[in-house]
Amino acid sequence: MTGHYLVLSAILFTIGGVGVLIRRNAIVIFMCVELMLNATNLAFVSFSRMHGTLDGQIIAFFVMVVAAAEVVVGLAIIMAIFRSRKSSSVDDANLLKY
Amino acid sequence: MTTLLADPQLHAQAAQGVQSAAWLLIAFPLAGAAILLLGGRRTDKWGHLLGVAMSLASFVVGVAVFVSMLGQPGTGRSRVVHLYQWVSVGSFKADMNLLIDPLSISFVLLITGVGSLIHIYSIGYMSHDPDRRRFFAYLNLFVAAMLLLVLADNYLSLYVGWEGVGLASYLLIGFWQHKPSAAAAAKKAFIVNRVGDFGLSVAIMLMFATFGSVSFQDVFGHASQASHGTITAIGLLLLLGACGKSAQLPLQSWLLDAMEGPTPVSALIHAATMVTAGVYLVVRSHAIFELSPEARLLVMIVGAATLIAGAIIGCAKDDIKKALAGSTMSQIGYMMLAAGIGKAGYVFAIAHLIAHGFFKAGLFLGAGSIMHGMNDDVDMRKFGGLRKVMPITFATFGLGYLAIIGFPGLSGWWTKDGIIDAAFEKGGTSGQILGWTALIGAGITAYYMSRVMFMTFFGERRWDEDVHPHESPQVMTIPLILLALGSIAAGAFLIAGDRFANFLAPVIGAPQVAHKLITPYTGVVFVLMVAGVAIAYVQYLRRPVPRTAPAGSFPVVAARKDLYGDALNESLLMRPGQWLTRLTVYFDSRTVDGLVNGVAAFVGGTSGRVRRLQTGYVRSYALSMFFGAALIVGALLLVRL
Repeated sequence: MTGHYLVLSAILFTIGGVGVLIRRNAIVIFMCVELMLNATNLAFVSFSRMHGTLDGQIIAFFVMVVAAAEVVVGLAIIMAIFRSRKSSSVDDANLLKY
Repeated sequence: MTTLLADPQLHAQAAQGVQSAAWLLIAFPLAGAAILLLGGRRTDKWGHLLGVAMSLASFVVGVAVFVSMLGQPGTGRSRVVHLYQWVSVGSFKADMNLLIDPLSISFVLLITGVGSLIHIYSIGYMSHDPDRRRFFAYLNLFVAAMLLLVLADNYLSLYVGWEGVGLASYLLIGFWQHKPSAAAAAKKAFIVNRVGDFGLSVAIMLMFATFGSVSFQDVFGHASQASHGTITAIGLLLLLGACGKSAQLPLQSWLLDAMEGPTPVSALIHAATMVTAGVYLVVRSHAIFELSPEARLLVMIVGAATLIAGAIIGCAKDDIKKALAGSTMSQIGYMMLAAGIGKAGYVFAIAHLIAHGFFKAGLFLGAGSIMHGMNDDVDMRKFGGLRKVMPITFATFGLGYLAIIGFPGLSGWWTKDGIIDAAFEKGGTSGQILGWTALIGAGITAYYMSRVMFMTFFGERRWDEDVHPHESPQVMTIPLILLALGSIAAGAFLIAGDRFANFLAPVIGAPQVAHKLITPYTGVVFVLMVAGVAIAYVQYLRRPVPRTAPAGSFPVVAARKDLYGDALNESLLMRPGQWLTRLTVYFDSRTVDGLVNGVAAFVGGTSGRVRRLQTGYVRSYALSMFFGAALIVGALLLVRL
């Protein structure tokens, strides 16, 4: 049964990954990153269930904590960029280059 | 070997009484130098008096030690004064000891005695020089270093003195360093001496490697146990050191330029004492040279070649000091020749050294007195007829002249004839060649010294118009008179009755054959001497001397140019050295720099292209991260499978 959860996790991860690669809006990219994180959480929990241990679930909690902190910092950065450039497209923030 | 064991130099006793105060010999002039150099301008007023006092104090101590030595039995006269342990590293030990024996005390008396006279003379000679105090400080430094050189009981302490006199010589040749020629001459003397010092230092290292010690006692005591090759190598390296310090071929080139220094320096360092240090080194190391006939033969060849070369150079120089410098080279060649002959020659080498110390110092100081009266001109072509206006200088210079050409009865006759006889007595073809070389050298000596004498004191007056020659003050003439007395009497005092030979015998061994005063060669020497004087008389007294030097034939031009010694050094050593540096500079700038610059350009160029990947588009970074992650996952899967 848990095999289906892993398939779902893989599908969600792929959607998130493709979203990160092809979307320009920073908010959307951010959501896609969250999607990928949650896909991995799902995988962790599924494996935890499969092996009958608690390790995966504990790591999932850690991921959630880190993701929450990351969201705070990430959204603050996006807000700052948006204020100065009136845009949330990641292609517009391209000054740091060769 | 038996003679070596009987050598009291090998088991010297500790010094007692006045001899234990022998360290004062060095301490006095060293303190003088320190006070004058550190005291600076405050000591200007009385600096020269302190310098003279310190030198005289050292002389008094030397005489006291000498007198107490005479009171000891002949074979027990070697005493050691232990000062302190200098180096003690593992098995290597070097003590700061003073060795007082007949050989070293002879040098002590010469250095402090003649040195003090030259100090006194310098008061007058340097009276107009604003830096007179510095001059006396250097002179005292020289005396201290020279005394350390002759009093050392091991080669390492000797080396300290050896370098010390080299330093003093450098400082004094370049004393008027505002003259570029003096500065260059000082550098030349220092650099040429480095070549010799290198030989001496390698010899000392070789001694330590062979004998495990550098003290005279250990080295000479065990010399017979070392292999013949090692002893010959040590002997040749010591000879290289002696050649540098004593201006022998092939390291002779610095001495003529060294005449740029003040004349008392030429008298003290470059005639009487320092340049004879090489002879001292060879005689002191006689235990080594006696074991290696090859090294001794080379000593004799060097001596004979230098005595002829120096004499020839002396014949052509118009600069009175350079003519005397050529003569110094030549006379030291005689000493080297005698030192190489062996037991029969040592005593004459040292006796000639002491006699030469008197008459050559007298001649140089006389030349200084003449320069003092002639506005520091040294060109003999502008002298002439000075005997009337400078009678004391003329008389003392004349006595020194008679002594050096070997006029019967004067110092040079006793000592130089001894060397010539010893060369013939050596026997064999080499003895004949060396003997005749020394004989011919004596004839040339008579010629060039007569030339100096006639051009300076006789003939018509060829002075410049603004020159008003006058006799020098008493402070300069009294040392001249005392040195002239030495020129008359030193030879007879030392040689007559074998007095000096018996005195030195405990250290250097007695000659096998007793020295005869009159030999078949005495007459030949006298004839050659008269011939030399006669030729000079015809050339420089019967004919007028032109004020500008005539063009001269090939040999004359060669002699004026120091027999092309400088040209030889230049073409053999200097130019190849310059090419070598140019080659290395080329190699450095092209190959080494090219390699380094090439690597830098490659890295720079590559990174210039690679950095284009840094586009600033976040999505492209995300894509590369994605590919990277995929790559890692793929690799992990591959490894797991």
